[in-house]
Amino acid sequence: MPTALMDLPEKEYILPGTRTCAGCGLPIAYRHILKALGPKTIVTLPACCLTILHGMYPKTPVLVNAVNNVFGGTAASASGLAAGLKALGKEDYVVLAMAGDGGTFDMGIQALSGAAERQTNFIYVCYDNEAYMNTGVQRSSATPSGAITTTTPVHPKEQPKKDFIQIMEAHHPAYLATTCSSYPMDLYDKFSKARHIQGTRFIHLAVPCPAGWGFPTRETVKIGRLAVETGVIVLYEVEDGIFRLTGKSLNLAKTRRKRPVEDYVKTQARFRKMTPEQMEAFQKAVDERWEGFLARAGI
Amino acid sequence: MATKILTGNQTAALAAKLCRVQVIAAYPITPQSKIPEELSEYVERGELQAEFVRVESEHSAMGVCISASLVGARAFTATAANGLAYMHEQLHWAAGARVPIVMPVTNRGLGAPWTILNDMQDSIAQRDTGWMQFYCLNNQEILDQVILAYKVAERLLVPVMVCFDGFRLSHTMMPVEVPDQEAVDAFLPPFTPAYHLDPERPVNINPVVLTDPIPGADGRLYPGYMGIRRRLQATLESALPVIAEEGRAFGERFGRSYEDPIFRYRTEDADILFVTMGSLGSEASEACDVLRDQGIKAGVASLRVFRPFPKRAIRDLLATQARLAVVEKAISYGLEGALATEIKAALYGLNGRQPITAGYIVGLGGKDVKPLDLCEIARQTLSFGSHEEVPEHSIWFSNEI
Repeated sequence: MPTALMDLPEKEYILPGTRTCAGCGLPIAYRHILKALGPKTIVTLPACCLTILHGMYPKTPVLVNAVNNVFGGTAASASGLAAGLKALGKEDYVVLAMAGDGGTFDMGIQALSGAAERQTNFIYVCYDNEAYMNTGVQRSSATPSGAITTTTPVHPKEQPKKDFIQIMEAHHPAYLATTCSSYPMDLYDKFSKARHIQGTRFIHLAVPCPAGWGFPTRETVKIGRLAVETGVIVLYEVEDGIFRLTGKSLNLAKTRRKRPVEDYVKTQARFRKMTPEQMEAFQKAVDERWEGFLARAGI
Repeated sequence: MATKILTGNQTAALAAKLCRVQVIAAYPITPQSKIPEELSEYVERGELQAEFVRVESEHSAMGVCISASLVGARAFTATAANGLAYMHEQLHWAAGARVPIVMPVTNRGLGAPWTILNDMQDSIAQRDTGWMQFYCLNNQEILDQVILAYKVAERLLVPVMVCFDGFRLSHTMMPVEVPDQEAVDAFLPPFTPAYHLDPERPVNINPVVLTDPIPGADGRLYPGYMGIRRRLQATLESALPVIAEEGRAFGERFGRSYEDPIFRYRTEDADILFVTMGSLGSEASEACDVLRDQGIKAGVASLRVFRPFPKRAIRDLLATQARLAVVEKAISYGLEGALATEIKAALYGLNGRQPITAGYIVGLGGKDVKPLDLCEIARQTLSFGSHEEVPEHSIWFSNEI
């Protein structure tokens, strides 16, 4: 049963005054993640945009315990937190590992794969803004083809985005979900559910980035919604091997009113050099993936 | 107290068990592998209550230890050679986070080219990470120094590497006096961290810091990056008296004192001193006896503690000697062995009382170092008539091409 907006906990775990860029999608998501997980959360985070949100010593706007760790070590750090808490009998804490796409798809994959294979008891969130945004918009393996970044400045990235969610599903986590910062209730429900599951839980969180993607800061929520409405981002969850579309994606599947990806692409400066051929290939890839999801969902 | 015949690796694992470690992160690498193997048996048989995390890399092993330690668990791992090098980033993070992890390093040469055999290039290369480094002469010292290391690490909140020679100690059986669990418990109480995670008073550990001090919400001035670094150095500067105090207390309880950061053998009247570390200290002691039979008054100063560097003890002992042969199993490429550099630096400024000091590189990649080789090193060192006659760089002592 989806949570109603009026039933969201009033308690805030992020105080006003974070250091994120204007229009960043991350604080919207993080605010609701922490509402869902509550005060007994320990978050571990590497070098990433979330580090910026957490502020600088000696001040932090975040009201849960946090541990900062090395770039490639988020899941190892979370494994250590989980093991230490278990050894000390502090079983009522929630261990939340949270890293960007660079710290997950690229450098963090070893530690995450290892921890997931061990079925470590933690929630791992990859918040995906599709490039190394914290260091100035360099290409990552999560960057979609056709996007301009500061390391693909003249010729847009040629290779498609790494299908990392599928890699994680191959680890058979206890719970796997995708969500987007533009749908806070969808993500609140998924984290609320993940909190009460034991074992490795992996959540992919799509986060629009106005600075890196090139759109006005007031349009963050709209861009995230366009990503879902065009099928570029699909909201779903896999629990006990059972696949379910959720929220807006379920609605689109039922109504068959998925929009063309061009509606999404044209809103962002990073795609300004996309050729018609690339656009066509992008649409084709999105459609194929979407059909696959419809088949899995039996719709 | 019971005497057991144990390899160095078995000794290190038993020491960890006696210390009641609570989280073990384990990744295998030769010649360290037997340590996690032994510990996994202890845990699976229920002889040791610990979380045993079979990590997928050394980088993650240290990541697990750091976070486990941050929530208040006594954390342990062990490594060697390229595994230690792979941890390098995390070693800085552990020292910077001030977590009292103890890690045996089974010293092995670093590739390329590959070797699984012994030298100390691996741990010497991690000298500047902020960890304390203890070196063991024999298997008994492995047991004792692991226990002592936790005591010192948890008092100072600085991690410790307990280094011992791969194969030469790790795979060699020796009699080891094993103290009773109760005696170890009395010496090493449970780890009580300086802070604990409290949902009512949440903290952000290891955050980004600014360069200069900055006032906090409470109006107090908090240190910048350099101030935090200076505090780590200040702790290490004041660590030797703590190590000596705990080493003395260890001696009072277990009969083997580690008050002296230097192992000394026949130093009082020596004309030539071998200055070295690790199992070479034992080898050199053998050589001393041979040399003394031949009328050469030799002695041994073998460093048990390399970081913090026992500069004052080295000055007190070495400045009165005529000749030093610094014999070591690692090199700082382009100059000489790191130990040679540091010994000379410790003796600098003693108004001309510097002994003639020759540096020797020996035993790289498992190359055997025989007592007779050390005798030859002593004779060569005695042959140098003045400081000027000593070669500019360390002498490679080997019959290799």
